[in-house]
Amino acid sequence: MRARVLIRPKAGILDPQGEAVQRALPALGFEGVANVHVGRLVELDVQDPGQLESMCEKLLANPLVEDYEIVLASG
Amino acid sequence: MRFGVLQFPGSCDEVDALHAARRVGDAELLWHGERDLKGVDAIVVPGGFSYGDYLRAGAIARFSPVMESVIAFAEDGGLVLGICNGFQVLCEAHLLPGALLPNTNLRFTFRQVDLEVVQKDTAFTGACEGELLSIPAKHSWGRYYADEPTLAAMSDNGQVVLRYAPGHNFNGSSDDIAGVRNEQGNVFGLMPHPEHAVDELTGSTDGLCIFASMRLAAEGARA
Amino acid sequence: MPEAATLPTVEDAVALGLTRAEYDLICEKQGGPPNQVELAMYSLLWSEHCAYKHSKKLLRTLPTEGPSVVMGPGENAGAVDIGGGLVCAFKVESHNHPSAVEPFQGAATGVGGILRDIFAIGARPIAVLDSLRFGETTSQRSRYLLDRAVAGIGHYGNSIGVPTIGGEVYFEGPYEQNCLVNAMALGIARREDLVTSAAVGVGNVVLLFGASTGRDGIGGASVLASAELGEDDDKRPTVQVGDPFEEKKLMECSLELLQRALLVSLQDLGAAGLTSSASEMASKGKVGIDIDVAQVPLREADMEPFEIMVSESQERMLCVVEPTDVDAVLELCEKWEVSGAPIGTVTDTGQMRVFKEGALLGSMPVRALVDDCPLYDLQPGKPTGTTYPAPQALLPPQINPRRDGSGEETVAQSANELLLALLCSANVASRRPLFEQYDAIVQSRTIRRPEQADAAVLAVQPLDGGEHEAVPAIAVSIDCNGRRVAADPYTGTVAAVLECASNLACVGAEPLGTTNNLNFANPEKPHIAWQLTESVRGLGDACRALAAPIVGGNVSLYNEGATAGPIYPTPVIGMVGALPDARRAAPLGFVREGDTIALVGPFAPSLDASELAKLWGHELPDGLPAVDIAAVASAQAAVRAAVRSGAVASAHDVAEGGLAVALAECCLAGGVGARVALEDDALERLFGECSGGFVVSGEERALMDMSEQTTVRILGAVEGRSLRINGQIDLSLEELAEAHSALAELFA
Repeated sequence: MRARVLIRPKAGILDPQGEAVQRALPALGFEGVANVHVGRLVELDVQDPGQLESMCEKLLANPLVEDYEIVLASG
Repeated sequence: MRFGVLQFPGSCDEVDALHAARRVGDAELLWHGERDLKGVDAIVVPGGFSYGDYLRAGAIARFSPVMESVIAFAEDGGLVLGICNGFQVLCEAHLLPGALLPNTNLRFTFRQVDLEVVQKDTAFTGACEGELLSIPAKHSWGRYYADEPTLAAMSDNGQVVLRYAPGHNFNGSSDDIAGVRNEQGNVFGLMPHPEHAVDELTGSTDGLCIFASMRLAAEGARA
Repeated sequence: MPEAATLPTVEDAVALGLTRAEYDLICEKQGGPPNQVELAMYSLLWSEHCAYKHSKKLLRTLPTEGPSVVMGPGENAGAVDIGGGLVCAFKVESHNHPSAVEPFQGAATGVGGILRDIFAIGARPIAVLDSLRFGETTSQRSRYLLDRAVAGIGHYGNSIGVPTIGGEVYFEGPYEQNCLVNAMALGIARREDLVTSAAVGVGNVVLLFGASTGRDGIGGASVLASAELGEDDDKRPTVQVGDPFEEKKLMECSLELLQRALLVSLQDLGAAGLTSSASEMASKGKVGIDIDVAQVPLREADMEPFEIMVSESQERMLCVVEPTDVDAVLELCEKWEVSGAPIGTVTDTGQMRVFKEGALLGSMPVRALVDDCPLYDLQPGKPTGTTYPAPQALLPPQINPRRDGSGEETVAQSANELLLALLCSANVASRRPLFEQYDAIVQSRTIRRPEQADAAVLAVQPLDGGEHEAVPAIAVSIDCNGRRVAADPYTGTVAAVLECASNLACVGAEPLGTTNNLNFANPEKPHIAWQLTESVRGLGDACRALAAPIVGGNVSLYNEGATAGPIYPTPVIGMVGALPDARRAAPLGFVREGDTIALVGPFAPSLDASELAKLWGHELPDGLPAVDIAAVASAQAAVRAAVRSGAVASAHDVAEGGLAVALAECCLAGGVGARVALEDDALERLFGECSGGFVVSGEERALMDMSEQTTVRILGAVEGRSLRINGQIDLSLEELAEAHSALAELFA
């Protein structure tokens, strides 16, 4: 089945990429934007979705500094 | 004294580390795919872009066969020096506390920096004289981070070995931390490149003492 | 031949960039109209980019031979003998049009491409330099292109472990719509390890290794796509994406293959992909080649044969291997984790044949593809009017140029204000914010980093801490002032060549060879043809006079904006030299108080086409004062000898901004001031530009020793913390530094 793992910097850790994007958007005329964070997406087909959490802990994310969210394709 | 310098696909400064180590002892390259550490006295995990920095810097290199042996070697008390990408690998492998994040300015930066020697009697700084080491740093992913409890514990245990001198912390590292060691004191990582500070002709020679310290420590351990 | 789909028409040929006459000639060579695959291949190999239709005849007038030349033009890179059984391979190339579309990847893949040219001849790359041109820094687009191009160069060079040790960047209006990104690379090899690209040995295997093949760079040829795929533009990326990690593996693999003598010949894949690589290998070897596209490892499914043949996917090499060595080659590819596949054979048919499994899809005579492309004569005509608009004035007489806005308004600027305005101008200010994004020290050879000396200096062997009598080194410089070439294509080009050699002299290096990238606009227009012809004439004369022959180069034409007009003619020159002892490479900065400062060499400065004239918004003059090449060469020889003997403390050639700027640069680099007196207080003397002047410091006697060979004028001495010139200029190091750091805000 198809899974997506969304990885983002842990709250409280300085995210200069997010800040850069947050600064750039108003400059292009987009107002009312806040709380921007920039992370990573890993997409994969897995036979056993139960292994995803372990994959995240071991390799896909660095749990010290990143949070992750697993999204399974519906159906 | 024999140094083993690891070589991953994408390592860049491994040959530089080899030449630097050879000024102090013998040194050879250890291929990532092989588990045999060939009985060396100390391991150097070099700088570069192992595995293209894919996913996260050092994230993939940490699982290579040679690293399995290095982890066992470190757990046994063996000396391990991680430089730049090597530091990242050691953090990913949990041989050192904390993590390295992208520089706050989001750019690769190459600059000669001054480092304060915070801990003078370690296996990696024992032979270093003077308060400051002038060493080049070149990286885009060198901001050292650890959470508050970890930083406090590291401070208590004397695990912060090198700090960027005032005005020299260009990557935003917490507490200006440039180099750290593990609790046991046998594993050490730093973002700047001591292997590029070993000859007057190419810059300063302040990096040589780190390799010399390791030799002293290894010889002391054997004695 | 299998039952063909409808044959392409002459209109298709024209859409691909061929002329009707060229299409007719192709039909003649083929004995009938070419099919889809054949037309695609001709259209690429007969393009200006590959065939040099408008420049080849002119390039044949350049000097390409000399005692130091080991490999001249025509191979992947040139090479010169640097002694000790070693050669230095080098070349410069452009990636202008891709960089205007996607500057990060365009610049990155430019670096990737030139590096492949170096290791394709068997040399390990040891350095990269870049030469960039953008519109004025007031343009947001140009600032974006600059930011991304620098990031791309850094990304590729840093990741692959080759130091970027030098370069240049200019900001001029005419480059606004056509930026220039030229990349130069150097490598070292033992002479006997050099390899050529000629395919030889009928029955030998043609093998492709490196990254897999996708649709990169196909865009233009998509007009040939079969109907079902044609509508879907998403499938046709035109931007090539580079992967330096892949290239690092490819480089190590290639070098080890060569070290183990497993290859008969080697060629990298660049513009026009397999088409040009295979054809050129066959042409050089006077053989034929059969290729089976079904054997090419693909990244995308359903690629059409013509797409496979024209793909510009990066990080791929083509080699010729004896059948008994194929297994060993594939094993080595596996070790380095790059894909490798035999895709063809060397034949004696003289034909380039494309198959898909057994089916023949196209057959072209190699001669027709590579050698018989028509060459055109230029029709030069000196322009009667002005070609370029005058630069925007930044320095009207009334405005005080100090950036913080303080100070009174004055009627005319003081010399202090003019010097500060020049130091903070985009073409003069410190390039530190750029070069700090490059790793300049990996491989442990770098003796002089950017801004430490006039030329980059690299030790031939990485330093190992042993005792040596001397440390042999290579020096390299890349230069061209396009605005001065626009004012006078002949003299401006001579000046660019002399500038390189002067930079080399400052570190004690003797020129060995030259590479050039000719960046010009549309050569079919008489005034551009005139620029090109005059420039190549100047290039030839200067290289002959300095005994620094051309060993290779590149031409980039049609750099013209629809609305903005042509770029300045920009013949970028790269020059490599050797010095016997790197320890004697003089820095550009003053070293100690008390040292005497002298101006060495012929010095007849003029404000024509100078940076100050640009700040004032002056039109380009018609012509520049002639250069006495012999007198400049004598000065270079004198400075070189003095530097080699260790007699001087510092040396810096006078370039943009003139003598006052050169003196300021020496003070800033040395962290110490100076007090000098010039023979008069004319603005020309302070800020005028010309070829030939050097600012040298050291003991007075040592400086005067040079007066046997060239003019030496004692100016003053190194002292204090300010730069003082006559009674006109008095600025502290802090004030100079503040102005000089103006480019930092572009990268904030």
